[in-house]
Amino acid sequence: MLQKRVIVCLDVKEGRTTKGVKFENNVDLGDPVEMAEQYYRQGVDELVFYDITASAEKRGILIDVVRRVAERIFIPFCVGGGLATADDIRAVILAGAEKVSLNSQAVKNPELIREGARLYGSQSIVLGMDALRDPAMPSGYRVVINGGRTKTDLDALAWARRAHELGAGEVVLNSIDADGMKTGYELPLTRLIGEALPIPVVASGGAGTPEHLRAVLQEGKADAALVASMVHYGTYDVRTIKEYLAAHGVAVRR
Amino acid sequence: MTVGIVDYDAGNLTSVENALRHLGYQWKLSGDPRDLEDTDRLIFPGDGHAATSMENLRARGLDSFLTRYVAGGRPVLGICVGSQIVLNSSEEGGAVCLGLVPGTCKRLPGGAGLKVPHMGWNSVHFETQHQLTANLPQDSSFYFVHSYYTVPAPSVTVLGTTDHGIPFVVGFLEKNLVTWQFHPEKSGEVGLKLVDNFLKWRP
Repeated sequence: MLQKRVIVCLDVKEGRTTKGVKFENNVDLGDPVEMAEQYYRQGVDELVFYDITASAEKRGILIDVVRRVAERIFIPFCVGGGLATADDIRAVILAGAEKVSLNSQAVKNPELIREGARLYGSQSIVLGMDALRDPAMPSGYRVVINGGRTKTDLDALAWARRAHELGAGEVVLNSIDADGMKTGYELPLTRLIGEALPIPVVASGGAGTPEHLRAVLQEGKADAALVASMVHYGTYDVRTIKEYLAAHGVAVRR
Repeated sequence: MTVGIVDYDAGNLTSVENALRHLGYQWKLSGDPRDLEDTDRLIFPGDGHAATSMENLRARGLDSFLTRYVAGGRPVLGICVGSQIVLNSSEEGGAVCLGLVPGTCKRLPGGAGLKVPHMGWNSVHFETQHQLTANLPQDSSFYFVHSYYTVPAPSVTVLGTTDHGIPFVVGFLEKNLVTWQFHPEKSGEVGLKLVDNFLKWRP
């Protein structure tokens, strides 16, 4: 049976891993390639590298990181952050990434999803969505962009459906309300999108304990759970998390 | 020893090259039969659509090349779509395929709570004791991304099976041709071991 995935996310700024709370106050955590290798040895199922450099001139640094990661770890990984054109997508795929995550740029230009899926297949195109609780929206969640700073008019469920129609093969749902809070994932959000869409849903934002992962993978109907702080600071390692999940009836890769 | 990698615009081959580099082998990546002619064994990868893949192969003369190469007895490893289009046909785009191994390819039915494509890690049950799967724990997990599954004829040796709503074949062996539906090059240490076993195999 298909196993639930534990994914580690590394925010990369100018070639270094950083972590902040609610996208602010970033601190240096180390070399992303070395960190990727460490998580690979702990049995992580997938990695996400999110480029927060936000500067086109420095894109080359990220490509170099992607290339070195691909030479040393042999599991799928995804790259996101600022990818705005088919050429941007091509560069990270050719460097060895399995998938790209399209976020703000897909909101600004939905055709980017279609173009990416046409060129590299839906399995390579991930919609990254930052969602904020908002009772005024039909689904109760509003899509926000630019690291949560800018509100859009898009409803989270409607946008996920549209992205799937355009060819996205997976959705990463990042809850802005929960991000960095370590109080658990936004279960109603993952359940809503996970039950509505025929493609895998990855929960992101809010993980603080292995129990939070169990909850979102079982009650929250997520196919995968993304973690960052809880492993970056050495509070937990991936193996410990997966042992906890397995002991509580979640099918994971051992 | 030189390993040929068949390049026919069927997905990203960087990870296959990285795996070979990591394992310490020499390789030659090309879509030109003349470049691949003098290789010692072949990796035949593939991502994407069966019918499109067949068109790409035919446009490069790789269909007849593969047929000759396999008939000549050198070891060949088909991966993902490469494992599907060695069969006679595929439901995907109604493709007439290479027919190197008797069998066909069908769409995964999906169903209640089961998403298609079958994407992620799933455990593989090794059905046959073989050098190709030596030193691998039974029911190891491998990384899958596919919507169609292989149905080789009963005469074909089944190496592995998995389950996604229905049980299906994910690896088979016909003389010097071996295939895996999942991506061994993206399946961690057990995947690398499987590639290494193929590269050491003498059919």
